[in-house]
Amino acid sequence: MKDQELKTTILQLLSKIAPDIDPQELEMDANIREVFGIDSFDFLQFIIGLDEEFGITTPEEDYGKITTLNTLMAYLKLASNKQV
Amino acid sequence: MTDTATLKITYREALKQGMHEALINNEKVFLMGEDVGRYGGAFAVSKGFLAEFGEDRIMDVPLSESGFVGAGIGAALAGMRPIVEVMTVNFSLLALDQIINNAATLLHMSGGQINVPVVIRMNSGIGNQLAAQHSHSWEPFYAHIPGLKIVSAGTHEDARGMLLTALESPDPVVIFEYTSLLNMESEIRSGSGAVDIDKAKIRREGKDLSIITYGPGVYKALAAAEILASSGIDVEIIDLRVLNPIDDDTIINSVVKTHRALIVEEAWRSVSISSEIISRIMENAFYSLDAPVERLCGIEVPIPYPKHLEDASIPQKQDIVDSVLKMIQHD
Amino acid sequence: MIEFTMPSLGADMEDGTLAEWRVKSGDFVKRGDIIADVDTQKGLIEIEVFDEGTIHELIVKEGEKVPVGTVMATIIPAQEKISADVKTAPAPASKSKIKKESIKPAVKRVVTKGIDHLKISPLAKRMAVEKGIDVSTIKGSGPQGSIVKKDIDLAVAMKAESHVEVTGGKKERAAEGVRAAIASAMSRSNREIPHFYLETRIDMSKALDWLSQSNKQTELKDRLLSVVLLIKATAKAIREVPAVNAYWKNGLELKNVINIGFAVSLREGGVVIPAIPEADKKSLNELMALLNDLIPRARALQLRSSELSQSTITLTNIGEGSTDKVFGIIYPPQVAIIGFGNIVEEAWAENGALSTRPVVHVTLAADHRAIDGYLGGRFLMALKKNLQNPAAL
Repeated sequence: MKDQELKTTILQLLSKIAPDIDPQELEMDANIREVFGIDSFDFLQFIIGLDEEFGITTPEEDYGKITTLNTLMAYLKLASNKQV
Repeated sequence: MTDTATLKITYREALKQGMHEALINNEKVFLMGEDVGRYGGAFAVSKGFLAEFGEDRIMDVPLSESGFVGAGIGAALAGMRPIVEVMTVNFSLLALDQIINNAATLLHMSGGQINVPVVIRMNSGIGNQLAAQHSHSWEPFYAHIPGLKIVSAGTHEDARGMLLTALESPDPVVIFEYTSLLNMESEIRSGSGAVDIDKAKIRREGKDLSIITYGPGVYKALAAAEILASSGIDVEIIDLRVLNPIDDDTIINSVVKTHRALIVEEAWRSVSISSEIISRIMENAFYSLDAPVERLCGIEVPIPYPKHLEDASIPQKQDIVDSVLKMIQHD
Repeated sequence: MIEFTMPSLGADMEDGTLAEWRVKSGDFVKRGDIIADVDTQKGLIEIEVFDEGTIHELIVKEGEKVPVGTVMATIIPAQEKISADVKTAPAPASKSKIKKESIKPAVKRVVTKGIDHLKISPLAKRMAVEKGIDVSTIKGSGPQGSIVKKDIDLAVAMKAESHVEVTGGKKERAAEGVRAAIASAMSRSNREIPHFYLETRIDMSKALDWLSQSNKQTELKDRLLSVVLLIKATAKAIREVPAVNAYWKNGLELKNVINIGFAVSLREGGVVIPAIPEADKKSLNELMALLNDLIPRARALQLRSSELSQSTITLTNIGEGSTDKVFGIIYPPQVAIIGFGNIVEEAWAENGALSTRPVVHVTLAADHRAIDGYLGGRFLMALKKNLQNPAAL
């Protein structure tokens, strides 16, 4: 999956959770939870969305690795490769 | 002895001490009234005075209110400083001709030549089942008359000190004392003496609502304020003290601050002190009001004899609490 | 005949607008059925019925706004079902007619209703002119629905916030209603309730270890959030110190059921507090499932009447992800609110040694008319103890 597609999918998921924030304003190395004001409940929904979208399983201990768009995209690429 | 020391005395004792001090201070002061001498006063306020000051200064008079009040006015004209005790306000109606047509009017009729420095004391209000002949509150009637200064002793401090200042006045002063308060004990400063008789007093500061009252309403309102404070409602209590001329400034400043007012009095509702206070609030503080002004007054019946009906005929502490809650929470 | 009335969905609700009847005359209803949608300050609320029987008459019309307590419909109780056939007979109909007429003289004020006259206190009127507030759009909270100083203060505050726009007219109105409802309830709470506050720190290492072990073995969708442990630990602590679970209305009313109101923040600002009924009797999984259902509906302002009115105590987890400590304002007529801060690593001294531990600061704000510091302290200690033994939750 291309970077751009990956990013679009992520931003769509975020928009569903926080419709009041413009996802285009999210910078690559900004903390996603801080920018979107996401609490643990929202975050769980986000992870569920990612897992469904990309067919992966994200263990709880990996939550710390996916705090920004950069790290999240790197993580997703690695995870989906592993899965295949 | 320091200024902060206090002593606990009854309202009766406060009245007695004030009068005793007045008799000692000035030889021209004398007391006249029904049973004030040999009997010691119908309410025992002058007990022992006859033995101490003698018959010339503690004068028993016949049961003729018009006669002895007139004699007191005459003595005042002749340069004396009489304290005329009319047992209760109910009997004072017999002396109204003397009080209004002479005491209140002579300064005007004489073109300012003749002052009438008489002090008339009378008990007012209910007195623990004394029935309709002895229990009425006539303050509004007296406060209506120009030429009279009308003061109301709603606290021990005022019972102790108002008479002393009244005796300094060149013009007639009527002091209302309260039968229902006579046995009540309270702390007063041990150095207490003369108090001003010009201004209303804020007895408790508060921000949510102004309770404006006088006489027995003062202590009832203070007790109600404690209960209301436990619900987080902070009321201000104004003791009017002077019913003629009324101190507008204290009332208006308070209402401008709190935006709500409740008037409490034992006298009958219609054409009363509360009517007058409400008018003045409308005239001077209308645009500061956040709620209609309310009042609690005596029920318009002759005061009944049975205890439960007597209690029901005048505002009580719980009535004040309920009214304030209704005004502030309106549910 | 049972009278079904406009329910009160909280201390601050005065009236509601019937949006839609979900039933019609003759329908059979049982306890828990949703029979109407009512538009309130807290959004469109589904109203449940608490009786069993047959709908006899729908009295309030759709679109009509009526005060709390107004009879909206009549229901023939289930045991009277046999006589339900008489519902078209003239007798009950004329009875309801008489009733309507007899109400009339009591509502004398109706006379002034048609007159173009607004009830507003002189002070409020002066303030409105000075601050440029259009009073015709304000609903008064004073005596007889008059507009008073408080309403103008609120309107001024709302005017200042009016740049916050949310798409969708209805939702915007509901959010505004939420704001007004919070303003009214919180002002009242702060004015009337003598709050006191207690705080303690809780070592969360055992709880979090247990949670991560447990989550490893479960599917993503069944994973638990730490807040579920906090809710359950709180519910169990309430069972040990029931005094915090009460209403204060003209005196103390202890509550037998433990319905924890869970504060859910709205993204546009505002908070709604749906109840987690009988939280002490639910398993952690049940609680998580309940949150999964409640939180999205709360955020969409789509809660049911019972969910908004049943809470007996409030829990706020608003500190999560941000602040260390939360000091709440009690939601009347409740007598306590529990506030959890963010779980953060802190230095922890124990047995003469320092280490770092994940720690949560928990506060109890309580009504001193109802409870005292001793019981409040015992409650927090029970909560602390419960979180040291997560497996038992």
